[in-house]
Amino acid sequence: MNNRILHIATNTFREAVRDRVLYNLIAFALLMSAAAVLVGQISIQIEKLVVINLGLTAVSLFGIVIAIFIGIGLVSKEIDKRTLYTVLSRPVRRWEFIAGKFFGLAGTLVVNTIFMGIGVFAALAYVSHHFESSDFGILVALYFIILQFVVITALALLFSSFSTPIFAPIFAFWLFVIGNFAQDLRTFAAMAHGTTRVLATAAAYLVPNFSALNVISQVAHGEPVPHRLILLNTAYVLVYSAAVLSGAVMIFERRNLK
Amino acid sequence: MNAIEILGLEKIYNAGFWRKRSKRALRPLTLAVDDGEIFGFLGPNGAGKTTTLKILMGLVFPTAGTARILGMELDDPRMKAQIGFLPEQPYFYDHLTARELLKYYGQLSGVDPKQLSRKVDAALEQVKLSNSANLQLRKFSKGMLQRAGIAQAILHDPKVVFLDEPMSGLDPMGRREVRNLIEDLKANGKTVFFSTHILSDAEALCDRVAIINQGELRGIGAVPELTASVHGKVEIVWQGAAVPTGIRSMGAQCHSAGDTTRLILPEENQDTALEALRRERLRLISVVPVRTSLEDYFVAQLGTAAKSEVVSSELVTDGHNRLSKQ
Ligand SMILES: Nc1ncnc2c1ncn2[C@@H]1O[C@H](COP(=O)(O)OP(=O)(O)OP(=O)(O)O)[C@@H](O)[C@H]1O
Ligand SMILES: [Mg+2]
Repeated sequence: MNNRILHIATNTFREAVRDRVLYNLIAFALLMSAAAVLVGQISIQIEKLVVINLGLTAVSLFGIVIAIFIGIGLVSKEIDKRTLYTVLSRPVRRWEFIAGKFFGLAGTLVVNTIFMGIGVFAALAYVSHHFESSDFGILVALYFIILQFVVITALALLFSSFSTPIFAPIFAFWLFVIGNFAQDLRTFAAMAHGTTRVLATAAAYLVPNFSALNVISQVAHGEPVPHRLILLNTAYVLVYSAAVLSGAVMIFERRNLK
Repeated sequence: MNAIEILGLEKIYNAGFWRKRSKRALRPLTLAVDDGEIFGFLGPNGAGKTTTLKILMGLVFPTAGTARILGMELDDPRMKAQIGFLPEQPYFYDHLTARELLKYYGQLSGVDPKQLSRKVDAALEQVKLSNSANLQLRKFSKGMLQRAGIAQAILHDPKVVFLDEPMSGLDPMGRREVRNLIEDLKANGKTVFFSTHILSDAEALCDRVAIINQGELRGIGAVPELTASVHGKVEIVWQGAAVPTGIRSMGAQCHSAGDTTRLILPEENQDTALEALRRERLRLISVVPVRTSLEDYFVAQLGTAAKSEVVSSELVTDGHNRLSKQ
């Protein structure tokens, strides 16, 4: 990575930390301990299933909310507050700024997810006292969750780069929800006819495919995740995010700062 | 060589999301700043000073025209490593301390990591912020922010320094310090381009000034050259409250205070006025030439309508018509 991108990413990470973003970990820790204790009292059979399901879903939701709310402000807030003036008047190209912001937030989310992942494993250890080889799937699920954050971060940056968005967080969240039904949307598109088919197909492929990135319930049931899916998902997220980020750069390159 | 060359820059802002209303901030503006000079960029509010600076910094794009700094294009990173910029009402990442902010900016400007700490401390010292170096910027006062802004503009030892109203928000001491700092920059061979409305600062500091109004150049040159073209004035004071009719008819304004009357009038009317006073046998107290200042020149330049004024009034009426139709 070029130095300027690294410095911008580091500053973005530092800003998130100082704005107490990592405090969400406290809420997460409380949630996990409460869940572990409660579940342990209810049943013995399904407690592991519940802890994994609940834990991973919480990891995903906490991260999505952070990605959207920080991501939306990454560029627009800097334009509004005019902090960008003294950055862009230096030898920093606009695409480098976008890239730095992207890696900074993605890095923040990775660190956040690592801590939460440790929390999930701790809760698991508390209820089942030992690990099995199928628990390795949890790591894959966490990896996929991080991939989701990468996509959401890229999308949030895109929204952030064209205007001062009021509706952007809502829009981004809906995109996340719809993305979770991307598979169903594709199935629907395949069955439809005429214009509907064209529109549905376009929508199905434009929307980020979060359903393929969600293996939580599979993992909770101890089913293995195919290796091919890991590879495909990685490639998909790289291509999709690169395309979205290019869009963000193209818009931002032309933008007049207010 | 010209440190800065502005060639026919034009900027039309498109305001309004649904209904496009355009606002002409710069009509072709052309000027050049020499290497090593202190150049004052003067104009009333809304004249287009900040717009010009923002275009030069690559923050907004011109509608037409080009500019070069140090002979390079505006988006050339090699050029950007050699300039410093203080924005109007600077605002910074407020989660950082002053020292962290300057470190970050030094890194972005490509300052040698080995020298970074030393340069940061030197810049903080120069703007008298050493005592607040470890305070978060969110706890800074307006004047302290302005000082931090100046520090980040000179931190990396740039060749050309752009300052948008550097004295704004500063106390009298701070203003003097900034004046000294600008002079030091010049002594070290740097070029300084700064906008201001504080004419006395411009007069005291600048090798040359440009005056713009409504996005257009109204005058450019060394201060003595510019003020020489404005006719001088004299102040006449005499005893008593009586004002001779001859003076009344010249249309001059007189102020009586206590036992004396004071009058300011153009130099060419001086003899006639003195003649009138003598005829009335009034006791003269003093005749003092009023030094023509940059302010007089400034006011005179803003008073004269430029050719393109017509265009501007068209634009305005156009806007009004559209507004009234809504
Ligand atoms: N983002 C913008 N959108 C629309 N119009 C703008 C914008 N920025 C500036 N203008 C207009 O452009 C003109 C020039 O503004 P500019 O900020 O360059 O003036 P200035 O000379 O810096 O004034 P001041 O001394 O008050 O700082 C003004 O009429 C202003 O209304
Ligand atoms: Mg201004």
